Amino acid sequence: MNLLTVIVLLPLAGFVLNGLLGQRLGKPFVSIVGCGLPILAFLAAVRSFLLLQGGDGTALVETAYTWAIVGDFSFDISLYFDRLSAVMTLIVTGVGSLIHVYSTGYMKDDASYARYFAYLNVFLFFMLMLVLGRSLLVCFVGWEGVGLASYLLIGFWFEDPEKAAAGKKAFITNRVGDAGFLLGMFLVYHTLGTLEMDRINAAYSGDVLPAVSASLVGILLFIGAMGKSAQIPLHVWLPDAMAGPTPVSALIHAATMVTAGVYLVARLNGVYLHAPEASQLITVIGASTAFFAATVAIVQTDIKKVLAYSTLSQLGFMFVALGVGAYGVAVFHLYTHAFFKACLFLGAGSVIHALSGEQDIRRMGGLAKKIPVTFVTFAVATAAIAGIPPLAGFFSKDEILWFAFSSETGGSTLLWLVMSGTALMTAFYMFRLLWLTFLTPSRMSHETEHHVHESPFSMTGVLIVLAILSAIGGFVSIPHFLEPLLPMPTAREALEHYETSLIVLSVVLAVVGLAGAVFVYRAGLARADALAARFPRLHRLLSGKYFVDELYDAVLRRPLHWISDRIFLGIGDRFLIDGSLNGMAALAQRAAGRLSRVETGSLQLYVLFAVLGVVACLAWMWRNG
Amino acid sequence: MDRVQFLVALSVALFVVGLVGVIIRRNALVMLMCMELMLNGVILSLVTFAQQTGTVSGAVLVFLIFVVAAAEIAIAIPIVLLLSRQRKTLDVEAYSELKG
Repeated sequence: MNLLTVIVLLPLAGFVLNGLLGQRLGKPFVSIVGCGLPILAFLAAVRSFLLLQGGDGTALVETAYTWAIVGDFSFDISLYFDRLSAVMTLIVTGVGSLIHVYSTGYMKDDASYARYFAYLNVFLFFMLMLVLGRSLLVCFVGWEGVGLASYLLIGFWFEDPEKAAAGKKAFITNRVGDAGFLLGMFLVYHTLGTLEMDRINAAYSGDVLPAVSASLVGILLFIGAMGKSAQIPLHVWLPDAMAGPTPVSALIHAATMVTAGVYLVARLNGVYLHAPEASQLITVIGASTAFFAATVAIVQTDIKKVLAYSTLSQLGFMFVALGVGAYGVAVFHLYTHAFFKACLFLGAGSVIHALSGEQDIRRMGGLAKKIPVTFVTFAVATAAIAGIPPLAGFFSKDEILWFAFSSETGGSTLLWLVMSGTALMTAFYMFRLLWLTFLTPSRMSHETEHHVHESPFSMTGVLIVLAILSAIGGFVSIPHFLEPLLPMPTAREALEHYETSLIVLSVVLAVVGLAGAVFVYRAGLARADALAARFPRLHRLLSGKYFVDELYDAVLRRPLHWISDRIFLGIGDRFLIDGSLNGMAALAQRAAGRLSRVETGSLQLYVLFAVLGVVACLAWMWRNG
Repeated sequence: MDRVQFLVALSVALFVVGLVGVIIRRNALVMLMCMELMLNGVILSLVTFAQQTGTVSGAVLVFLIFVVAAAEIAIAIPIVLLLSRQRKTLDVEAYSELKG
């Protein structure tokens, strides 16, 4: 049996079973199918990984199905399993399975339990298509599929119009990026005649360079990555995507789907290595997203929004690593981020669960003693994302900072300064979140405080596993493991002796962030409010998220709305289409009104008309024929 | 004037008399009779031409027309009868409800 096909098809089977039978067979069936099949997929992924390691280093390739044959080209659905897709598959199925298990606790009382697990399974199926697809086309199918699953899950509680709107926003914003992805695909196919990613890489690494510049292809595909990975200026959908259930935010909008863009760029490193302009663009976009998202995260008051902006910021870090040529490091950060961000989101879910739906951190505080397991795991993950050694985030973030400083392809002191500033802010806002939620004196109402309870074991168990992984995950050197596939950039020789001091400096930054957060938030919100009052305009700008949504509303949505309303609806629909139809109907009606006067009821007149008609016909025939 | 010409002219005359009768007379029964006259005109021309060309198809057609005409009258007379019972008149002007 083909192992890779099995990995992909198991979640699909889960989707079909849960979708068709789930509602009828009840929650135990849904839980077993919904969690069991992803776990089986994970085991199959581990087995494939062992096969890959036992082999001679060549990738496992399986052709599941030939989709279409056009002329000399055949479009195969083939799955490609090398070290990079192995890492991704293990993350997707592993973290995915954990989050499925967590969901059995979190969604226990939801009426649409089966629908939820069906969507989650179909997400996993498409995500695996995305990471295992050998051809860009298969990858694109997965790419669109995860977009669909994301839309369905953001709008999972679609009775609330705001949540349904958030789903639509995510879908539409992603369309912009997908247009770039499609154009890039057309261009690649037109010039290279293949969409298989290993062949594209090989074509650009060969002696004869293809006729189309790598930068153009790279930039077009990066636009797709920008949409999916929520980089400026297409980042607006991700904070709104928090409308979905919290495990969904953890799985789709933190750990896996949003990293698809990072995966795509890393997978096509052969193209980007020869595309300095595209790489520069990636660096600039990544750095600005990281920086601006971090500034916004400092003032957010919704626990999930803070984490959403932090995800944007961390994705920015990954793109900076890609931009400076450190593809392996980007995947390393993706891998550690999957653990600690999933842990943070699930911890946030546990907090929200404990507080019966409260998400505003201004009305939390003092939860450390009441929900200790959640607190400890959340604290570990916070320290990991802030970059406190020896937790996972420290290793990956430190390497990104190092290459941002020293890489020969795109590293610079300015970039390092920006990224270090972002790292400092990361530590600050994450510890702010930790303190406001768990450690400051309680600001909850008595009613809520009375009901606070620790989550069931299905949730806390997952939190513990993820916290352990975020603690020790950094000791697996992913960049080294991936080096045969993803070459590391060369560091500038003159800078090499700075390496140790930079490591120390990044630890200092994390600790300074921690100290700053403790200083401001130790006693509650008073100092922070005083600071906000001191800089009212800055505070308004940040809590308004730089007013990007408002800008898009004024520049894009309103003109489009006006055009649709006045031109397409007013002129096109109402005037041309409705008008012509109504006109024809009115014409027929009026003509019938005139003609009806002929119908006098007089039999003689009718006969006369008939005779005149016959005479006219005869006369015409006589003259013409 | 030879015989064929005479017979054709006679059939045209019968037809025209019937036609004018249908158009100008108001009595439903008279209109039916005039329609029979028109049919007879047609039948006469058919017989004439059949005899002239020496074929029988015209004559066969005549029998078919007899059958159709008999059926037509068998339906038309009861209708007229019912109408006249309703309005106590045979004037077709009295039955003009179906005008537009």
